[in-house]
Amino acid sequence: MQDTDVKQQLEAELEKAADVNEVENIRVAYLGKKGYITELLKNLKDLKGEQKKEFGQKINILKAEADAKITERIELLKKQRIERMIEKSEQYDVTLPCTLEQGSYHPITLVQREVEEIFESMGFTVEDYSEIVDDYHCFEALNIPKHHPARDMQDTYYLDNGQLLKTHTSAAQNAIMRKYGAPLRAIFPGRCFRNESTDACHENTFFQMEGMMIDENISISNLIYFMKVMLSDVFKQDIKVRLRPGFFPFVEPGFELDINCLICGGKGCPSCKNSGWLELCPCGMIHPNVLKAGGIDTDKYTGFAFGLGLTRLAMMKYGIKDIRDLNSGNLKVLSQFENI
Amino acid sequence: MLVSMNWIREFVNLDGLDIDSLIHRFTLATAEVEDIYHYGQNTSNVVVAKIISIENHPNSKKLHLLKVDAGDKIYDCVCGAPNVYEGKIVAFAKEGGMVNGTPINCAVVAGYESHGMCCSEAELGISDDHSGLMNIEDDVALGTDIKDIYPIEDTVFDVDNKSLTNRPDLWGHYGIAREFSALTGRPLKPYEKLDSSVYDDLPKVDIDIRDKELCYRYTGIKVENITRHISPVAMRIRLYYCGTRAINLLADLTNYIMLELGQPMHAFDLRKVDCIEVRRFEDDFEFETLDDVKRHIDTNTLMICSKEKPVAIAGIMGGLDSAIADDTTSLLLESATFDGVSIRKSSMRLGLRTDASMRYEKMLDPEIAVTATERFLKLLTEADADVKVISSLTDVYVKKYDTIKLEFDKSYVDRYTGIEISDERIVSTLKALGFGVDKNGEKFAVTVPSWRATKDVTITADIIEEITRIYGYDNFAVTTTLSPLYPVLRAVTKSDENQVKDILVKKYNLHEIHSYIWNDAKKFEAIGIEPEPNVRLINAMASELSVIRNSMIPTLLSCANDNKSYAPDFGIFEIARVVEGLKEDGDCNERKKLGIVLFSHTKSEKEIYFELRNMLALIVHDIKHINAEFANTNATHNWQHPKNTACVYADGKVLGYLSALHPVCGEKIDKKAAIVFAEIDMGIFSECANGGIVYDEPSKYPSIDFDLSFVVNDTIRFSDIEKAWKNDGFEYLDDVSLIDVYDDGVQKSISVRLHFMSKEKTLQRTEIQPYVDGVISSLAEKGINLKQ
Repeated sequence: MQDTDVKQQLEAELEKAADVNEVENIRVAYLGKKGYITELLKNLKDLKGEQKKEFGQKINILKAEADAKITERIELLKKQRIERMIEKSEQYDVTLPCTLEQGSYHPITLVQREVEEIFESMGFTVEDYSEIVDDYHCFEALNIPKHHPARDMQDTYYLDNGQLLKTHTSAAQNAIMRKYGAPLRAIFPGRCFRNESTDACHENTFFQMEGMMIDENISISNLIYFMKVMLSDVFKQDIKVRLRPGFFPFVEPGFELDINCLICGGKGCPSCKNSGWLELCPCGMIHPNVLKAGGIDTDKYTGFAFGLGLTRLAMMKYGIKDIRDLNSGNLKVLSQFENI
Repeated sequence: MLVSMNWIREFVNLDGLDIDSLIHRFTLATAEVEDIYHYGQNTSNVVVAKIISIENHPNSKKLHLLKVDAGDKIYDCVCGAPNVYEGKIVAFAKEGGMVNGTPINCAVVAGYESHGMCCSEAELGISDDHSGLMNIEDDVALGTDIKDIYPIEDTVFDVDNKSLTNRPDLWGHYGIAREFSALTGRPLKPYEKLDSSVYDDLPKVDIDIRDKELCYRYTGIKVENITRHISPVAMRIRLYYCGTRAINLLADLTNYIMLELGQPMHAFDLRKVDCIEVRRFEDDFEFETLDDVKRHIDTNTLMICSKEKPVAIAGIMGGLDSAIADDTTSLLLESATFDGVSIRKSSMRLGLRTDASMRYEKMLDPEIAVTATERFLKLLTEADADVKVISSLTDVYVKKYDTIKLEFDKSYVDRYTGIEISDERIVSTLKALGFGVDKNGEKFAVTVPSWRATKDVTITADIIEEITRIYGYDNFAVTTTLSPLYPVLRAVTKSDENQVKDILVKKYNLHEIHSYIWNDAKKFEAIGIEPEPNVRLINAMASELSVIRNSMIPTLLSCANDNKSYAPDFGIFEIARVVEGLKEDGDCNERKKLGIVLFSHTKSEKEIYFELRNMLALIVHDIKHINAEFANTNATHNWQHPKNTACVYADGKVLGYLSALHPVCGEKIDKKAAIVFAEIDMGIFSECANGGIVYDEPSKYPSIDFDLSFVVNDTIRFSDIEKAWKNDGFEYLDDVSLIDVYDDGVQKSISVRLHFMSKEKTLQRTEIQPYVDGVISSLAEKGINLKQ
């Protein structure tokens, strides 16, 4: 066979080859040890001189051309195969509904963590305290006299061993003052109990977060500052606060802290009884008797304390209307609070 | 409490000030105002008029045709009131006028034109009397606007009683007027009263306080020849606006002074009561109070008696028998101070809370008892000039409060407030509130007025409140503190709790719930669980809610039961408190526990049991970097599965247990569901040492695996097999992993992979084989053989 015939024949065969394997067979048939082109080279020994050199060059070119054509064919076939694969592949329906399987945090946990983070960033420690306490810590150490109405059975759950379920997180004040002494910055979230009948606005089991800051020269002005910073951070907006006198035996002066109604922006609506303000948090300067009971030197130190209603805060933040939902264990309600 | 601004203005001149914004300042400085009412603004063109003729209405038996002289002209008026007669002076609303919001127009009533309306007191909104037309007895010219003679127009505000609990002085208008005086800087007028010393020569009232602990002061005076029975209109309107019904002059006067000064008083009919004993009784008895109710009086209740006969429940309510009647002309007037706690407790026991008892509860100032009587005498003589006082004002004063004097200096005020309030401001504020103030250099010496000294103001911090609330918290500059900063480290317990919640929510898709600390016996019964004995509430909402829980699990199971229809598979958890009985000192052994319940319709109990076990192992490993261990144990609660209950250990401590649900409970909750649960003591968990992350450099040499399968039966645990290599110290054994547990119904086998590795060299199988043979033979000795 002549070299020109070989070239034509190779091209024709490559054209017919349908897959990579066939092309590889063609490669063997032409470029293999006994391939056509290899065979052609064998003719070289019969030639001489210039002719030999010329023929040799010619065959080498043919060999290189053949190799390139074969490789080209393989590349083409591979490319075609991928194209066919893509063509055949399924296009997924990305518009199908998503299935989100997710756990959930209790809304109180979410709000609690948020407030804890704010106070931690301002140098407050987060303390834990028991739910079952004694009369001393819940009342006596807080300057609540023996015959104060708060101690009545309709307000406080008493246990048959003489202890009681804490009615406010303030019950931890004494223990925490004793633990750290002054200066002191601490918050203590906790569950509280009041013996009252439940309805959409009242629960016998609810969460508060107490905060205390004791140092030299702690003032009413500082108290307002910390409350405003914390509440603005919780609600992610500039919160207006106002203080009104409020009477609690363990603070003096004592205040009721109101914030501007978030629903109407302070214009007045049913939620704020048209006053534009919502009562949120009792607070005040810690009563000297309470500081003394906690072993704090009242000549040197003053302090403020506040009792934030975490349950109330969670309800406001998420728009939960019925307080009983929080302790209901109803997953239709609770599973919505997915993440922080 | 309802407060009339007309009344306040009698004691402090508020002319030219915006009343509503003053009331707003009262909220910010003193006590919360819940509502403001504007009375009388909707009444106009109502004048004093005279009925000059009456004709029966031809078409109606009830109606009359009147001609009414309203000063400017004679009006035709159709009237349905029963008490009409010629010459009667009435309140007449002319056409075009308005009566308490109702416009009065010319109307045709049963065929006759009416050009106005004769009004009843109820129509005018000044009392609830709608029995007939208002009777005007005062001598005024016809055509006079009724608002010029009666205080129909008034602004009344409602103060939240709770915000007055520590302020006995604010339970009367005079005390509230003092606040307005301090807020506006306008003087408080003296409280006008009659000087009772003129009666000092008259005989005394026989008063015997036998219970000197509960009665601090008792004053009495006798008055006779009282002829007037109906109170002046202005007084009746005030009482009505302040929520009290007018009864008769004497009762009205006692109420009026209570609303004015805060001092409750009681008027006894002198025919029934002419001497007083204050005492308790040795035995219980029945007593009929003036509201016609027979009440049970016990031995703790303080009573007022006359000649040993009980005539009133002290400080709460008078008796029916000695009450002022229509024919009463003489009285014995009580103005006394009783112990607040005793009154509150008696009032609670009786279920009878009155305007009087509410005030006594707040610890009234005994000093005002005489003031009240002297005010009463002034108002009584003004209303009825003929009355005659027939005794001296007899005063038995057994318990007097000490005068409180407080000293502080300016720097104390500065430190507490954090702002600068001037000396002059401090002095003027305190003086306006009735405090005596002596200023000497930097020092303030303050005398607390008697009406604030019964419990309210006792220490210097109380003075800070007086100064700052009148200064106004809105006027405070708000500043942060100047305090050294210290690092804040999160307690291990807190961080553990946060991490556990994160793992359960984010990795295992569990839902966090909250529940109650007491068992709910009724709900537990529905799932076959009986609450175990534990400490109890003595005043639970219901008896089935009285036992404090000793485990999280029944509560969580009950919650799972409530959520059965929520999803085919779900998991819930809670970290909360339980009480595990009492400690040696008698206090509750309160523990913080993590409870988890998994519920599944799609997986087997075994699958979720192992899921839960792995969950616990991961919690321990992730947070503490140590391994949890598990061992079967006996069920200790009746809801646990007798066979599949296991202890959870870590760091040599028992953390808690995991368990499958006892079939008895399972049948009650859902026969088709698999339910497993675990309870972990968070306190013990947090005590576990943290293993920390220990880095182990990977070997550069290839490792060798040996796979072994052993035939086992139900009594052989993996932990039995594990003993063959565990803790034997063979240096090349790197890890052992479970490949499979296979059960073809005939034979059960466990396949494990022993992974050998050296960091120094490439291991040869021949180096390992003797060790593996040793493992096999040691197991064979225990009857655990290789699978053929």
